[in-house]
Amino acid sequence: MHIEVRGLNKSFGDFHAVKDVSFDIEKGKLIGLLGPSGGGKTSILRMLAGLETPSSGDIVFHGKRVNDLPPQERGIGFVFQNYALFKHMTVYDNVAFGLKVKKQSKEQIRERVMYLVELTGLKGFEHRYPHQLSGGQRQRVAFARALAPEPQLLLLDEPFAAIDAKIRSELRTWLKDLIESVGITSIFVTHDQEEAIEVADEIMIISKGRLEQKGSPWDIYKEPATPFVASFIGESTIVEDLSELKGFEHASSESGTKALIRPEYIELGKPGEIKLVSATMPAVVKHLHFRGSEWMVELEVGSTKLITYRSLEKDVLHPGEQVNVLLHRAYLFNDSRSWILENPLKVDPMPMFI
Amino acid sequence: MSIRRLWIGLTYVVFGLLLIVPLIQIAVGAWSDGAQSFVDALLRPQSLHALMMTGIIVVVVTAINTLFGVMLALYLVRGTWLGGKIKRLLNSIVDLPFAVSPVIGGLMIVLLLGPNTIIGAFFEDIGFKVVYALPGMILATLFVTFPIMVREVMPVLQEIGSQQEEAASMMGAYPWYTFWMVTWPSIRFGVIYGVVLTVARSLGEFGAVLVVSGNIMNKTQTATTLVYQDVENFNVVAANGVALVLAAFSVGLLLLMEWAKKRKEVH
Repeated sequence: MHIEVRGLNKSFGDFHAVKDVSFDIEKGKLIGLLGPSGGGKTSILRMLAGLETPSSGDIVFHGKRVNDLPPQERGIGFVFQNYALFKHMTVYDNVAFGLKVKKQSKEQIRERVMYLVELTGLKGFEHRYPHQLSGGQRQRVAFARALAPEPQLLLLDEPFAAIDAKIRSELRTWLKDLIESVGITSIFVTHDQEEAIEVADEIMIISKGRLEQKGSPWDIYKEPATPFVASFIGESTIVEDLSELKGFEHASSESGTKALIRPEYIELGKPGEIKLVSATMPAVVKHLHFRGSEWMVELEVGSTKLITYRSLEKDVLHPGEQVNVLLHRAYLFNDSRSWILENPLKVDPMPMFI
Repeated sequence: MSIRRLWIGLTYVVFGLLLIVPLIQIAVGAWSDGAQSFVDALLRPQSLHALMMTGIIVVVVTAINTLFGVMLALYLVRGTWLGGKIKRLLNSIVDLPFAVSPVIGGLMIVLLLGPNTIIGAFFEDIGFKVVYALPGMILATLFVTFPIMVREVMPVLQEIGSQQEEAASMMGAYPWYTFWMVTWPSIRFGVIYGVVLTVARSLGEFGAVLVVSGNIMNKTQTATTLVYQDVENFNVVAANGVALVLAAFSVGLLLLMEWAKKRKEVH
């Protein structure tokens, strides 16, 4: 289903939860609404579902305004954060609920339920009650139940929040594959950037009720539109004083300009390891943290602290060691604009003026 | 250790003195002049009439309170069209009958609907007597028992949350269907519990009914006010007989409540 949202606002009393949000979603896409908790993501989802009435703005499905359509008539499947399974019904009856509402025949219901039970890997569990299932199984039931009435849009509110970390990543891949095979337009809410990046075709970053940026995970990572997005996606350190960073000393004449530096922007080497010596600056290793598959290195360049990673394959560093650092690029921003600046010294290793 | 035993023993003694001994006393008292006088006491016309009045009041009050109690609980917990302040106000007003003495509750009804008031006179003119008649007694008992059902159902509704109902509406179910298929199975045992308590309370209501009814024999007398009158008239055996019937009912209700509790825990 093609979705259009125009100038959506929602206030709860004095609290302005959603501020002037507009976006388009193409048919068949899997969209992740990402942002900090309490940022208005769930409110947007609930307004799409019809469980909440917008204070102003339009929601358009297939070119038809649905603001006044009750949730019963919107044809949307909704997976709640805690699944909201009917606890007095078996798995079978849970999945069959939406079909019984539609007054389908017993055989039709049976066929559809058994198809979904099989699709979600719940075969053999049809006669169990929700409290007899594990978290992951409950999630699958919630998913099968939402899909049963063949909705045109699937909304998922923090679908993995209540599942422990190990099964979570398994379920993520499973869900992504399943949504792809069913071919249904889906929107899910999450506060976990890793989850959004891994699962979504497109991410919408929501903060304080505003839509900060919409785009593919790679685009958002590469070209963050606002300082908030830049700091929210990936890891980063904010540097207020640029004068100590080689290549960026005169990056901006505008006052109040700060730099956001990601660990992967920094190349770290023992003396002699980096080819472009002229672009490097000396640094001291302050701390080392083992992160399972790599080292996290805390560096100090003058008085500026930076963070980067180092492969386990390379020589082991020690706290207090002198190293060279090449800063490839920085995300610069001030009150009026933001831009990405590549290290100018990289392009011309031996700047000479003839 | 011995001090702990002492306390346990003391607890049993207090429990026995307060609850068990009176019950035994009633049972023994009812049979003290033999089975015949017990049966006679119960088969007096005023006994049969009083028990019938109590029966009518219990049935009507329980039916009305169950329906409106569940509805009010639903509105107070789920209603989005009620503002937060109004909800809080209503929520505290619900408890009013618990706080106010039943006698005062009865008196309020007399002052509002008595034959000397405008509303009371109006009803009397169209041939519908409220005070000193069955409607007033039902009204008084309704007032006294109103909070019970609301207070039983509200916490259950709050605990189950609205998500299951929202899930049902997303699948196309309208409120009536959702209530019966989703909400009702969850609050069912809370409602049974509320019904049992309402029946017990309206069975035993005395003060409010006494004030409103005028306690006229064979007209507006209930089982409890009959016991009161029998005691006043030193007809102790008869008083014990009627009291025993009431007590037996209450014990039966308690057993039913225990059963409901167990079922509630299972689900």
